[in-house]
Amino acid sequence: MSEVVENEKTGALAGMAADWSSDQRAFKGVPWHKAMMWVFLLSDTFIFACFLISYMKVRITTTLPWPSSSEVFALTINGHHIPLLLIAIMTFILITSSGTMAMAVRFGYQKNKNMTGFLLIVTALLGASFVGMQAFEWTKLIVEEGIRPWGNPMGAEQFGAVFFMVTGFHGFHVSVGVIFLIITAVKVLRGSYDNETPGFMTGRKGNYEIVESMGLYWHFVDLVWVFIFAFFYLW
Amino acid sequence: MSEVEGQQHPISVYFWVWGLLFVFSAGSYAVDYMALQGTLRWTLILVFMFLKSGFIIAIFMHMVWERLAMVAAILVPMGCLLVFIALMVLEGNNTNITRDTFFSPAAFVPIEHGVEH
Repeated sequence: MSEVVENEKTGALAGMAADWSSDQRAFKGVPWHKAMMWVFLLSDTFIFACFLISYMKVRITTTLPWPSSSEVFALTINGHHIPLLLIAIMTFILITSSGTMAMAVRFGYQKNKNMTGFLLIVTALLGASFVGMQAFEWTKLIVEEGIRPWGNPMGAEQFGAVFFMVTGFHGFHVSVGVIFLIITAVKVLRGSYDNETPGFMTGRKGNYEIVESMGLYWHFVDLVWVFIFAFFYLW
Repeated sequence: MSEVEGQQHPISVYFWVWGLLFVFSAGSYAVDYMALQGTLRWTLILVFMFLKSGFIIAIFMHMVWERLAMVAAILVPMGCLLVFIALMVLEGNNTNITRDTFFSPAAFVPIEHGVEH
């Protein structure tokens, strides 16, 4: 680790050159699973970017009117017509879950077993409620609004295709995240990271840094939602 | 607590960013609620989007505290996306002009609710 400190003292750019020209490993002091999680997230960024760019192109090329998402996703409660209400609630839920996840990572580095496990479970519950609301939203759109991947009553046919593709893929990411949050929470609470018990697919010792890699994935899911919210729901 | 390493930051930092994300989300929702239109709407949507994503990446994902080699390895490749977007905007506009010029105006017939084709 003395090498790491030395690199940081020589300045950021010189440190980067030293990192990239070093043998054995480039990202000194970064846990290997964290570096790999970042590489995975980079590839996932390209996948979601492909979806959003194709959505952009479809909207540029279509000669039909694009349905107003503000109207499609509006809810009427007690006679009040509120645009995008459910989507706004989903956004706040996902941001709250990102907050609890960040706290879980922080308590993980302090090896605070109970707080980390508790916050991971809260994050998983918020994530699950997000998926539940999405299921409600899909049902409403399919049954009441008559939106299909190949057509809808409001305008350009591609609206449904883009909607189901993008939110479906994002919802799948959230669902997988919830499953892994529960797995991580169980491991934290039963003391696997305190006792350095290896995971079920590896011989490497368990440790609390795994919570941070889990957090990176979860924040990424929130991040993707920020872009979907801006481009699909608001634009 | 004697040998702490990795990402250790005061909890207040996370609460601040959490609060800011709520404010930015409320702002972007207000754009739609107040039904702003045109350039103002698109500018505000993008501003709030970049503020939110920036804070999530920088603080929650600890990017500002990572080594530069790591930051560069993740963020520089994303520049390719800008080229991709630019190409698709150019090509998309061309397709749109071609459709407008050579195809008869699309006859839009609303389909019945619940009727499947």
